[in-house]
Amino acid sequence: MDLLHLFLEVGFWAATVRMATPLLFGTIGELICERAGVLNLGIEGIMAAGCMTGWTWVYFGGDLWTGVLAAAAVGALFGLLHAIFTVYCGLSQHVTGLGITMLASALSSFVFRMLLPNITTPPKIIPFQPLHIPVLSNIPFFGDVLFTQSPMTLLALVSVFAVAYFLKKTPAGLALCMTGENPMAVESQGLSVFAIRTGAVMIGSSFMAVGGAFLTMSAFDAFYIGMVNGRGWICIALVVFSSWNPGKALLGTIIFAAFDALQMRVQQQSGMLIPYQFYLMMPYVVSIIALIIMSRRSAYPKALLIPFRKGER
Amino acid sequence: MRLEPREHSAWWLRAMVPLSAGFIALFCCSVLIIWAGASPVDALGLLIKGAVGSKFAISETLTRTIPLIFTGLAAAVAFRAKLWNIGAEGQLYAGACIATWLGTGMFDLSPWLMIPLLFAAGALAGGLLLLGPTILKTRFGVDEVVTTLLLNFIVLLFVNWLVFGPWKDPMAMGWPQAAPVVDSAVLGHIIAKTRLHWGLIIALASAVCVWLLMRFTTWGYEIRAVGHSQNASIFAGIPVNRVVVRTALISGGLAGMAGVSELCGLKGYLTLDLSPGFGYSGIVVAMLASLHPLGVILSSLFIAVLSIGADSMSRSLNISNYIADVATAVSLLAVLLSMLLTRYRIRWR
Repeated sequence: MDLLHLFLEVGFWAATVRMATPLLFGTIGELICERAGVLNLGIEGIMAAGCMTGWTWVYFGGDLWTGVLAAAAVGALFGLLHAIFTVYCGLSQHVTGLGITMLASALSSFVFRMLLPNITTPPKIIPFQPLHIPVLSNIPFFGDVLFTQSPMTLLALVSVFAVAYFLKKTPAGLALCMTGENPMAVESQGLSVFAIRTGAVMIGSSFMAVGGAFLTMSAFDAFYIGMVNGRGWICIALVVFSSWNPGKALLGTIIFAAFDALQMRVQQQSGMLIPYQFYLMMPYVVSIIALIIMSRRSAYPKALLIPFRKGER
Repeated sequence: MRLEPREHSAWWLRAMVPLSAGFIALFCCSVLIIWAGASPVDALGLLIKGAVGSKFAISETLTRTIPLIFTGLAAAVAFRAKLWNIGAEGQLYAGACIATWLGTGMFDLSPWLMIPLLFAAGALAGGLLLLGPTILKTRFGVDEVVTTLLLNFIVLLFVNWLVFGPWKDPMAMGWPQAAPVVDSAVLGHIIAKTRLHWGLIIALASAVCVWLLMRFTTWGYEIRAVGHSQNASIFAGIPVNRVVVRTALISGGLAGMAGVSELCGLKGYLTLDLSPGFGYSGIVVAMLASLHPLGVILSSLFIAVLSIGADSMSRSLNISNYIADVATAVSLLAVLLSMLLTRYRIRWR
């Protein structure tokens, strides 16, 4: 197959950007949590909760954008729960995160089944339609790749730059990053480590939930149990890959999504030569390889995984 | 409000941990049951009746504890050494795959040789699967949580390929399942006309062995020391990396044995629904037991009662059976909080 031809194709890159969107939200969300020093393994479940909340909101007559807000609010609630356990109580971030994932996934499946009992085929909603931004969408190539996407994709791209600006240029963002490096120093400045970490985990979790909502409100139009399918874990690998840097997170996510789009094309064209299960394994294999390559030089936040207790050293 | 460390915690306080976690889980689920329009008292009654109300129900519950003991032990051993093995699900399937490969007619031995051989092979497969992430952790500092989680998806897709492709049983009327294991590899039933199989005895024996290992041997001491403080272990001359690798082989091995016992005792053939997430429930089991190998037996009984009971309760009250998953997750979070209160006391000023 002609790879060069593929890489010049508009449709390929448009698909790449579309497939990167949920990962982008999730990666940015996880990055915010980890920059403040809290690993959030609740991501997989929080994305599922966002999926379910956004979809049910719209299904029961809500507006699409308020659905995104509802998903974000549910994400923030689970983030608050995670923060109470890991920040205030200083409990294991690994185990709490897994607990949050189990709770959020189980609750979203339970609520979905209770709201819509006795259904066999999942009902559909009218999802976000691609935007055609007047002038920008006429730019050759980039117009089609970037400016005829779902508005949520644009939101994801904008939020990467917003978060990058926030973390690097604003006092609040710098305080957040310092909390992940040296919480004692933050406390000595008269700032509350607990408040900063709680805020970071809540905001990060709402990004994750919006990433989940993208799946049901833009990529597909129905909710299936188990539809997040490991995307959350891939986001955690992408955060390591990005060395906790929003710009590199964008790059990493696009490279990853391009791989994913590529394997789908190859799968369609090669027929049954290689069983499709091996193509589906690719994202997970690529994530592990990315982790191995990047973890040697990764500059992880120094206080990541270490609970902070006032007056204890 | 702040937390103040306790100098020592009374034994009754530590005994309260799993009990209070169970109560919190029941309370939270009552809220959901009221929302679903049923009475929580009725629901609890039906749950208990469904889990232990008849000879058949008890046998089903005990059957369910078998894989949970294995995966619970896998998590308990690994977490003791602070090795975060979240890949028990994948290791379970790896064990089942090897047992299918060896046990479906490649050769035939007497059951007394066949079954130990399959368990050993399954344990080896599970252990080797965890060895990869562990070496990546000790050599390159790659976080094992993410790699073991991602491996679960890879292994499941691999099993998916096996049962839809090369291993698909032509006699199974088109169902995606591998050929059944040979008769000599089947674990017999303990009680006739039930599904309770001898895997239970193997699981209980494993729990006792793991307890003896952790409590009375140098290996166990080293595992606990590494989990307690890596720096102190290095200072004491314990080969930390070797201990972590050894822990990984034991932990992965136990998870692999869960796969073999489900395959040879319950299903008889490899399918994609061999485990409805036993690997993940194992983490809850281990935490409920405070990582104590003998406590794992009791806590897996609790989780088994919860899931078998909730299945029958949800059928009769028309409530989604995901309520069992919610209760499991809540009890994990609740046990974390209760354990905290045994180590710290709350000062309100």
